[in-house]
Amino acid sequence: MAVIPASPGSRRLASPGPRRLGRIGLHAALAAGGLLMLFPFVWMLLTSFKGAHQMLNTPLDWLPNPWRAQNYPDAFGALPFAQAYWNSFYIAVLNVVLTLFTSAMAAYAFARIRFRGSGLLFGLFLATQMVPQQVTVVPLYLMLAELGWVDSHLALIVPGFVNPFAVFLLRQFIRAVPIELEEAARLDGAGRWTIFWRIVLPNVRPGLGALGIIVFLASWNSFFFPLIFLNSPELATVPLLVSQFAGQHGATDYGLTLAASAISVIPMMIAFLIGQRRILNSMAMSGLGGR
Amino acid sequence: MGVVTPARPTTGTRPARAAERVRNRDGWWAALFLAPQVLGLLAFLVFPLGFAIVLAFMRWDGLGEKSWVGFDNFAAQLTDPEFGTAVWNTVKLALLTVPVGLTLALLVALALNNVRGKTFYRVVYFLPVVTSSVAVAVMWQVILASGDYGVLNSTLHRWFGVTPPDWLDDPGWVIVAIAVVTIWSSLGLNVVIFLAGLQTIPPSLTEAARIDGAGPVRVLRSVTLPMISPTIFFSTVVAVISSFQAFDQIYVLVNPDHNEGARTIVYQVYDLGFQKFEFGMSSAAALILLALTLIVTFVQFAAQKRLVHYDS
Repeated sequence: MAVIPASPGSRRLASPGPRRLGRIGLHAALAAGGLLMLFPFVWMLLTSFKGAHQMLNTPLDWLPNPWRAQNYPDAFGALPFAQAYWNSFYIAVLNVVLTLFTSAMAAYAFARIRFRGSGLLFGLFLATQMVPQQVTVVPLYLMLAELGWVDSHLALIVPGFVNPFAVFLLRQFIRAVPIELEEAARLDGAGRWTIFWRIVLPNVRPGLGALGIIVFLASWNSFFFPLIFLNSPELATVPLLVSQFAGQHGATDYGLTLAASAISVIPMMIAFLIGQRRILNSMAMSGLGGR
Repeated sequence: MGVVTPARPTTGTRPARAAERVRNRDGWWAALFLAPQVLGLLAFLVFPLGFAIVLAFMRWDGLGEKSWVGFDNFAAQLTDPEFGTAVWNTVKLALLTVPVGLTLALLVALALNNVRGKTFYRVVYFLPVVTSSVAVAVMWQVILASGDYGVLNSTLHRWFGVTPPDWLDDPGWVIVAIAVVTIWSSLGLNVVIFLAGLQTIPPSLTEAARIDGAGPVRVLRSVTLPMISPTIFFSTVVAVISSFQAFDQIYVLVNPDHNEGARTIVYQVYDLGFQKFEFGMSSAAALILLALTLIVTFVQFAAQKRLVHYDS
């Protein structure tokens, strides 16, 4: 604990004048920063309404002239967006379900069952977090190719549930569940599985919710694995589709590319704005390591 | 353990045997509960890691014959100027993104902590975090485009009369551009985490310091920063690791095949493995990345003993 020396005749509270000025300055700085954060989105929307010819104008036009809404149906029609949405969505949902279920089980074992080597095993779990995806991706590719899972969603769904971070986070939550609840259930004759399913899981619902959101977002936005494992256009996820679109039209038609990008971003934005409180709290919780 | 009475010193008594039996059964339960994650971890992480280590000592294109080459792949990578560029770019990216990104995040979090409208600003700063890295890269590509086509350069040129570099095409500047995009897209996450850390500081503590006559800077240095140093440490470790693994923004924003300035170790791994089909070389490069990650993380953990304050 840092010791703060008490100075005799401590200063009075600052007069309201400078304090208010400081506050205004703070707001101005935050607002300016906020504008910088928003600008790329605004620019994406503005550009997405520009026609191809307008890109060549110098000096550059800030506003679309005319506003070309046709970019949106064009982008949507050029590639199988609806299919990609469905792909991204169902893969993310399966990832969430499988990850939550299996990591809650493992977390319960680490939190509440005494067994030999528990600490060591948990340490190993955490250590695997440091292995970059890129180290295992070549062997994983070869393995999954052997199984015939390359160019199939199984390559994204099955390995995806292994998640030591999720185990760690849920273990923190489970440890906070009063042990008396579990003991009472055991006296009533409940077995381990019943205790886990009926007592522990309902009591860590906030943790499951937070983790579910994190896993969903990570799955929805992931790019590296889809890029490596998927080839067929009809299997593409949303980010993969957008990157292909940008590769084909990027340099030639910014308007169309950014319309595609906006189409990919807007649903997630809306979902975020609706659930922002929960999402932000869960992100904060995960960042603090579940403390 | 609710039902089981504690074992008495003499073994062989009934309660002791009962306890033993429960413990054995617990072992089975533990195995059952752990099975999916542990088996998954073995199959999709531990086994591939071992496989990668084996591959790193082989020459193989995935189709033809495998042959053992000893340390040749490592030697080839470590002496390859392309790989040298990749290591340097990876380090540069981390040095640019981590200190600047975390300092900015801390400043924003400190500002937000004392201001109304926290909810609103949190949402605004967080928007890029929920946006896919591909969309982020596409958005920035248009902003950073060269000459009069990009809004940044055309504005700099027309309003301030400077001739800025071609951010995405100039090998000397492209890492800076990637760093800016990375900082922009991860700022909100760190802000939210720091803000949560700040809120765990009991107000009585800062209040006490203030009553003792500490000015705002003193309070920040002697109370606030020590109190959230575990959070800062955690975020630093995560930020360094994720900066070492950055791929998406780089791949979409600039193709490192056309601009060597953007080639990082991760891109090298991808390029060797999935574009050149040199699986052995790719694995060797990946293992060097792993070694680098482990060393840097270890150094950070060693340093934290002196810098991080863990008593609450």
